[in-house]
Amino acid sequence: MSLTLERVRRVAHLARIEISDAEAHSTLGQLNDIFALIEAMQAVDTQGVEPMAHAQELAQRLRPDSVSEADLLAQRAAFQAIAPETAAGLYLVPRVIE
Amino acid sequence: MIEQSLQAMAHSLASREISSVELTQLYLDRIARHNAQLNAYITVDPGRSLAQARAADERLARGEGGPLTGIPIAHKDIFCARDWLTTCGSKMLSNFVSPYDAAVIARFKAAGAVVLGKTNMDEFAMGSSNETSFYGPVRNPWDIRCVPGGSSGGSAAAVAARLAPAATGTDTGGSIRQPAALCNLSGMKPTYGVISRYGMIAFASSLDQAGPLARSAADCATLLNAMAGFDERDSTSLDRPPEDYRRELAAPPASQPLAGLRIGLPAEFFGAGCSPAVMQLVAAAIAEYRKLGAETVALSLPSMGLSVAAYYVIAPAEASSNLARFDGVRYGYRAPEYRDLNELYSKSRAQGFGAEVKRRILIGTYVLSHGYYDAYYLQAQRIRRLIANDFAAAFRQCDVILGPTSPSTAFKLGEKAADPVQMYLSDIYTIAVNLAGLPAISIPCGFADGLPAGLQLIGDYFTEARLLNVAHRYQQASDWHLQRPGGFV
Repeated sequence: MSLTLERVRRVAHLARIEISDAEAHSTLGQLNDIFALIEAMQAVDTQGVEPMAHAQELAQRLRPDSVSEADLLAQRAAFQAIAPETAAGLYLVPRVIE
Repeated sequence: MIEQSLQAMAHSLASREISSVELTQLYLDRIARHNAQLNAYITVDPGRSLAQARAADERLARGEGGPLTGIPIAHKDIFCARDWLTTCGSKMLSNFVSPYDAAVIARFKAAGAVVLGKTNMDEFAMGSSNETSFYGPVRNPWDIRCVPGGSSGGSAAAVAARLAPAATGTDTGGSIRQPAALCNLSGMKPTYGVISRYGMIAFASSLDQAGPLARSAADCATLLNAMAGFDERDSTSLDRPPEDYRRELAAPPASQPLAGLRIGLPAEFFGAGCSPAVMQLVAAAIAEYRKLGAETVALSLPSMGLSVAAYYVIAPAEASSNLARFDGVRYGYRAPEYRDLNELYSKSRAQGFGAEVKRRILIGTYVLSHGYYDAYYLQAQRIRRLIANDFAAAFRQCDVILGPTSPSTAFKLGEKAADPVQMYLSDIYTIAVNLAGLPAISIPCGFADGLPAGLQLIGDYFTEARLLNVAHRYQQASDWHLQRPGGFV
């Protein structure tokens, strides 16, 4: 299998990473090299093998749906102090609804 | 003092031979002298470290010290530490002063250890040479023309040059063990789930595991005692009774301390692909293990050859999801100019991430996209199962598996940087362990042309104490781990 320039651009868009034409070209070659390595997997017959998502067979732990942290406003202030732009406890982004 | 074991250092601190302030200052002075040459640390904050040292001294004076109280420890810059710049080696987090402590940092604080600084690393832990860091490459103290390995390269270089008594690292595909091998250290990746991942910036969540980098297996055991433990804030943390990882080390020296131990030697670790010089050193270590009483068992891990391929689907897939959070909205880098929300995302991410990180996000996005998921992601997970099954079968025939950690000694800076595939293949012996979730340790086993080589020991799930003991008995019979690089006085 070989990627195309168009597909590299499409994937970069899905990943929300701006990519220049020059970058798309150099990335295409590198990704094709990497996929050549990955293709080795396709030769293996894995019919009937259960996919392994995780190293330990764990059930998700549950906890009561209740507030577990204290000092919520102080914590919000601490976390928002490092944000690019905030106002009145909210994160600011460019307008998305006119 | 700087050649003492952590246990001996703790003893010197408890008996007031030296104070934590003096010990911390000694390392801060060494960092000031040598870090410019190695670039091992991203952040050092003497005021903050010395304040912690003073608090440790007060605790020691009250007779309330533990095995790590007052000992300065360097932390990979992937661990969030409250009020410390925490960059993960990326421009994306070059302005991120963490508002909270990772579980690992909190556990070291509770033990009274001092945060000595934050160490350099491959960007978001993606790399095997420390060359992808936004803060520049780290150099190997054994030969500054060479890489220290990665991604925990700053931690490894710092401990090797004695700019820290010990350090933390993380290992997703070999990022503790490979730098340990290339810098003549002992480095352990525990069983997946033993150490909390809370506050450890995520790369590939089903593979990431923290662990110690130190000058001996015994020191690794001391550090693991502080790091391991259940944490409800990590959904994959394992709720198991606490154990003392030093418990097997106390047995008195014997002529054959490992009598009865079965060491598995998988054919796949001893084929072509490993440098003959490294292979020779591993063979000599096997001979030493036989002298210590162990017997060897030839075996096979038939699917191991597929581990790099499966890893470069699974790890990027998980990374593409984990790194979606870096969008220029809540923290981290935001592009200075953008016209709308989409551009805010795509420009912040294009400018904030380096080339290797972008490459892996693109691979991950691709293999998870519609029409490719089954062929790549599910197939990789099935191969992951085959690899885990291989290990399960192997551990019915042996107690530990032995082989080289890395196929070569440290390579030159720039040698593999332009060829991602060559770089990825430097982890061929370590990746399968992460896919299966097993514990493994790398320990020094000699030198080839002046550069250290590493021996890897892999155990079955939750056999850290035994692995540490198997490593420790070899270190009692050898002195490779005591060698230190010239210079750095």
